[in-house]
Amino acid sequence: MGRFSTRAIVLGLAAPLGALVFSALICAFILMVTDHSPIETVDAMSAAAQRPRTLVNSLNTATTYYLAAVAVAVGFKMKLFNIGVDGQYRLAAMLSATLAGAAFMDSLPSFLRITMTILAAMLVGAAWSGLAALLKVTRGVSEVISTIMLNAIATYLVSYLLNPARLAQNVPGSNNISTRPITEGGRVDGLVVTGSTSKIFALVFLAVAVGFLYWFVLTRTRFGFELKTTGLSESAAVASGVSVKKMVVYSMLISGAVAGLVGMPQLLGASYSYALDFPAGIGFTGIAVALLGRNHPVGMAVAALLWGFLDNTANSLDVAGVPREIVLIMQGVIVLSVVVAYELIRRYRVRAEQHEVGRALGRTKTLEEVSS
Amino acid sequence: MRRMRGIRLAAGLLALGLGLAACGSETTPGTGGDTTSGTAPKASNVKVGLAYDIGGRGDQSFNDSAARGLDKAKAELGIEVKELEAAAGETDAQKEDRLIQLAEGGYNTILAIGFAYEGAVAKVAPTFPEVKFAIIDSEAPEAANVANLVFAEHEGSFLVGAAAALKSTTGKVGFIGGVNVPLIQKFEAGFTAGVKAVKPDATVDAKYLTQPPDFTGFNDPAKGETAANGMFDAGVDVVYAAAGGSGNGAFKAAKAKGKLGIGVDSDQYNLPSLADVKDVIITSMVKQVDVAVFDFVKSVNDNTFKSGKKVYDLKAGGIDYSTSGGKVDDIKAKLDEYKQKIISGEIKVPATK
Repeated sequence: MGRFSTRAIVLGLAAPLGALVFSALICAFILMVTDHSPIETVDAMSAAAQRPRTLVNSLNTATTYYLAAVAVAVGFKMKLFNIGVDGQYRLAAMLSATLAGAAFMDSLPSFLRITMTILAAMLVGAAWSGLAALLKVTRGVSEVISTIMLNAIATYLVSYLLNPARLAQNVPGSNNISTRPITEGGRVDGLVVTGSTSKIFALVFLAVAVGFLYWFVLTRTRFGFELKTTGLSESAAVASGVSVKKMVVYSMLISGAVAGLVGMPQLLGASYSYALDFPAGIGFTGIAVALLGRNHPVGMAVAALLWGFLDNTANSLDVAGVPREIVLIMQGVIVLSVVVAYELIRRYRVRAEQHEVGRALGRTKTLEEVSS
Repeated sequence: MRRMRGIRLAAGLLALGLGLAACGSETTPGTGGDTTSGTAPKASNVKVGLAYDIGGRGDQSFNDSAARGLDKAKAELGIEVKELEAAAGETDAQKEDRLIQLAEGGYNTILAIGFAYEGAVAKVAPTFPEVKFAIIDSEAPEAANVANLVFAEHEGSFLVGAAAALKSTTGKVGFIGGVNVPLIQKFEAGFTAGVKAVKPDATVDAKYLTQPPDFTGFNDPAKGETAANGMFDAGVDVVYAAAGGSGNGAFKAAKAKGKLGIGVDSDQYNLPSLADVKDVIITSMVKQVDVAVFDFVKSVNDNTFKSGKKVYDLKAGGIDYSTSGGKVDDIKAKLDEYKQKIISGEIKVPATK
């Protein structure tokens, strides 16, 4: 399968591009029906694309989406559906923020503080997804059910801990409540961009590294091979001596550890504390991004950037008088049509291969010849 | 093949539609905007940008109250307004972007609805010194061009707590909070204090519908109904629903079981959307976000803008209890007595549990 024919590339790109065009058409239709101009919408979007601040924010949003997508994709490769990325990253962000903000950390060197924070987040994320893995291998509980429930439990746990009597404090003069803010040395400074008030998260490089590791482990290591094999066929994996249970636990732990990273760029690069308004729901966006990017490290990056950009143009659309909800509609339609498009392309490919085989073997027999 | 042709046809039609729409937008430049200068009593150079909290206009609660104030300002002062909404799960950077876009778009009076904007206001306000900002529910951002409009919800809650205790025959009253956040805990603290002031041995059954970051508790009538039913079954006979749109469900439960309810934010007895359950609403804790919004816009319009904290409490009239429906007429004297005591400082209402 290692050949790169133009046809393979075209087929690979046809599905996502087709879905994109299709959803753009649907959105244009919806805009027209609701008395808004699609042209103005495109205009507002392209104006947003020329604003450095929007681009920086898009990249930053994409960074967190990408990490979430990789976390989901690790599970997907094993046919495991980790819906719990959301709860895993929120709990991880909250607890690691508490650690990073703790007073004793102030005296430690910056590098150590940041490393400890990130490792703590990975540990918490892995521990939380590990519960689901444990339930699956010992009791056969579907990870879909258990991770959804663990999301709810994480929500309650976080709001129990995020209390002045426990790990948090009231923000002075505000109705907000947060963990102790991380002081200067524990933060990760962003990259300044001229013309933008937001800085680029330095942890964008962490996301790139995670993406590279994901690619490397899956395609270049024995572990990655076993992971994919188990995902494709459990019986084949067992026959070749792979312990399925072990693989379930490993992949869930890795998925959870990556999920733990999701909150890090925002926490260490912008928020500096976990508060009531810490962004939630990124885990679910990660599922959509992983689907759109087909679990491919580059595909998911493109999908995350697209998602981040769409999210951040919403304000511009709102200002231009176009309802911001059109962004949600567009994202929804993209995901749905991409799933359909991939299936159509897959069928086309199968048929094309059959044709090719037929041609290679000579003339295909007619029905009469076959039945006689 | 026929299906293919159908798709091609649809695509063609769409393309045609696109072209038509483009023509349409070219022939009608600038008529679509939000200007009301034509019908306004007098034109003003104040342009108001308002950034809602999650839920936006139409949430039957907090945001709607702000929207009412904005509508009033638009009608009475003849100003141009622009309303932008927040999305769930967004970051501070996106909120900043919203405020900056308003400021850059020439909106010189900007309102941020809700404490979630405090970080964004603190960062954006200093870079636009000529723009006047207001933030509701937060004292945190301090700048020469920021007005902090805060409310003493606990004082109003104290009064409806007293009303609940006076109306209760079982000595058990209920508190339903939308989401378990400090703001709503403030309502509970005041309510409980009010109940205890009247009947020290009365009990308050408190329940929060959701935990953050799940903010659906402010807009889920089904959850409100379940919680209220549970309380009524346990002997509670008056429920205070500090839960935005979820209160609707609590009132429905009260009506079905012949119990009483207390509204929040607006004078809910008079809300058209609650018309069929209004006879169980004995009073409401009125938080006049609309007044604060209107006052702020007017102050900018009249050049009397003042920065810093402005407290809307019982004394200033920004917080009150409502008497619509006449269900508390018999205890009004008693409630007004408490009100005077709070205003004079004789009673200090706790803002935290």
